[in-house]
Amino acid sequence: MAQWNKQRSEREVRLAVAAKYADGKVVLAGNVVAFLSSVVCTGDRVCLEGDNQKQADFLADALASVDKAQIHDLHIVQSGVVLQSHIDLFEKGIARKLDFSYSGPQGHAIARALDSGKIELGAVHTYIELFARYFMDLTPNVALIAAVQADRAGNLYTGPNTEDTPTIVEATAFKSGIVVAQVNKIVDTLPRVDIPGGMVDFVIEADRPFYVEPLFTRDPASVTEIQILMAMMALKGIYAPYGVRRLNHGIGFPTAAIELILPTYGEQLGLRGKVATHFALNPHPTLIPAIESGWVEQIHSFGSEVGMDSYMQERSDIYFTGHDGTLRSNRLLCQAAGLYACDMFIGSTLQIDLAGNSSTFTSGRIAGFGGAPNMGSDARGRRHPSPAWLMAGREAVDNPTSLARGRKLVVQMIETFGEKMVPNFVEELDSVKMAEQLKLELAPVMIYGDDVSHIVTEEGIANLLLCRNAEEREQAIRGVAGFTPVGLGRNRAAVEALRARGVIRRPEDMGINPLSATRQLLAAHTIEDLVTWSGGLYHPPAKFRNW
Amino acid sequence: MEQFQIHVASARPAPGDRRQATVGVNASGNIEILVERVLPETECLVEVTTAVTGYRTLWQAVIEDFCDRCPTGGLRFAINDGGARPDIVHLRLMQGARLMGGEP
Repeated sequence: MAQWNKQRSEREVRLAVAAKYADGKVVLAGNVVAFLSSVVCTGDRVCLEGDNQKQADFLADALASVDKAQIHDLHIVQSGVVLQSHIDLFEKGIARKLDFSYSGPQGHAIARALDSGKIELGAVHTYIELFARYFMDLTPNVALIAAVQADRAGNLYTGPNTEDTPTIVEATAFKSGIVVAQVNKIVDTLPRVDIPGGMVDFVIEADRPFYVEPLFTRDPASVTEIQILMAMMALKGIYAPYGVRRLNHGIGFPTAAIELILPTYGEQLGLRGKVATHFALNPHPTLIPAIESGWVEQIHSFGSEVGMDSYMQERSDIYFTGHDGTLRSNRLLCQAAGLYACDMFIGSTLQIDLAGNSSTFTSGRIAGFGGAPNMGSDARGRRHPSPAWLMAGREAVDNPTSLARGRKLVVQMIETFGEKMVPNFVEELDSVKMAEQLKLELAPVMIYGDDVSHIVTEEGIANLLLCRNAEEREQAIRGVAGFTPVGLGRNRAAVEALRARGVIRRPEDMGINPLSATRQLLAAHTIEDLVTWSGGLYHPPAKFRNW
Repeated sequence: MEQFQIHVASARPAPGDRRQATVGVNASGNIEILVERVLPETECLVEVTTAVTGYRTLWQAVIEDFCDRCPTGGLRFAINDGGARPDIVHLRLMQGARLMGGEP
């Protein structure tokens, strides 16, 4: 006789065992390790919520403390490998296989663990790609998530950091999995319900608030003149001619520089209201001056940002907020907006090769992708037109017809040299060698060359849409690669010919005087200036307070 | 510490009549340049004092490209380099030349 409900029965068994640690749905923090040992079983797929921002760190520490004789060979399927406890799971032998998306600070540790065989790597995904697999072949058996508050019925208030939670819970709860939430506080009445209690099995009041990394805070004091020059070129050479209104900005300083010169240089160019009006974007503090100057109409966010909560609460015309007043973020939906409803992705990278392939995997470090490859790719399923999308598409072909599809603008900003005079333009990406060493089937590439439309360096802009063959692409890239070996290896005549066609544009070709690339152009020079712009509503985390 | 000079014999005369200008600061990763109009109008001299040794060929490439793009005849550039990247060096040289050309 066929069994059609094994997963449901298995769930019932586990819930029955776990019940002895719970009062209804509430588990005491002191019992967490024993409790987890009753709901997690060897071989489970576990999603330990954590991305580039919020972390279920209390549950991560607890999971890393279970007895590996009892629980081992876990398959971790989660957005971010960020905490020491995430690495500990593998080092201790509790977990073996890993499918993830992002690893900022643990990039080196993951590479080491892969090399020593402690981690068996499934794949490195984009966020939206991993979320999609939660509903196909990587559905979690157990989800360990984080929220701000819970009530005793298991309803959750995630506050401004909703992020991945609805997606993880959806996949787990409706496939007979078990959902456990750590919360900062258990209360009688929630400000709003972000996750209905019917999808949550257990809640635990943790001994500390869940950790949030202020990943998107860039101190204006650290923005350099080179980055300002690149920002000026991007605004005048890309935002203006394409009329880019809907976009996503990456995390780096060059895009922070763009945000900070919108109210100054952008205003001089007369671009307010014509570009950069709608964003799929985390709440970047460096965007405050542009918002306050009337540039931005609307922002939807993947997650929140430490210190921005009060500001966003008071700017509900700009941000998505709940009826309680606080931000509602959602990584899956914002990534979908970044893919289908943005005309441009512009962000920094660490390495670019001669075909325009762009990677953040440098020697000995597995950085993960986060959302960049998703937002930084042309959405082939897109069907709605916009001026920017159509213009890019028409540049990419000879004699465009009405059947010519549009193109997303995918702009990579990169200074030609990185730290310690390491050239950022290379003949071969470090990730190719790394893939050989670690026996990965696929060399990690953040953005494939055929998706990149423009490269902006301090030397100029290369418009790859206008290149018609591999040779032209290579020379266009060499032509903005500055004094790196790749740049010095250019064919000068070919580069000048590309410049005559507007494929390469120098600052002087765009009427930009390098002398005007000064910090005077920044609408805010310090974090304190951002606080002032916000009318005191932005509360920067302590590490950014230096006044 | 390394010191050397790069001499360009056939430079286009630099416009303007400003005698002297300074740009940048002498700090780590940055560069300070003193520009003076003291040479015959087709000559350019760049004197480099750098905290980082072993990059002379790169300096040569940066300075040649700069003299290609900018009229620098008559100018002597004295550089105090605190380990700036080539793009910073290039930007500062351009800034120096523009200043000498009469711009504020």
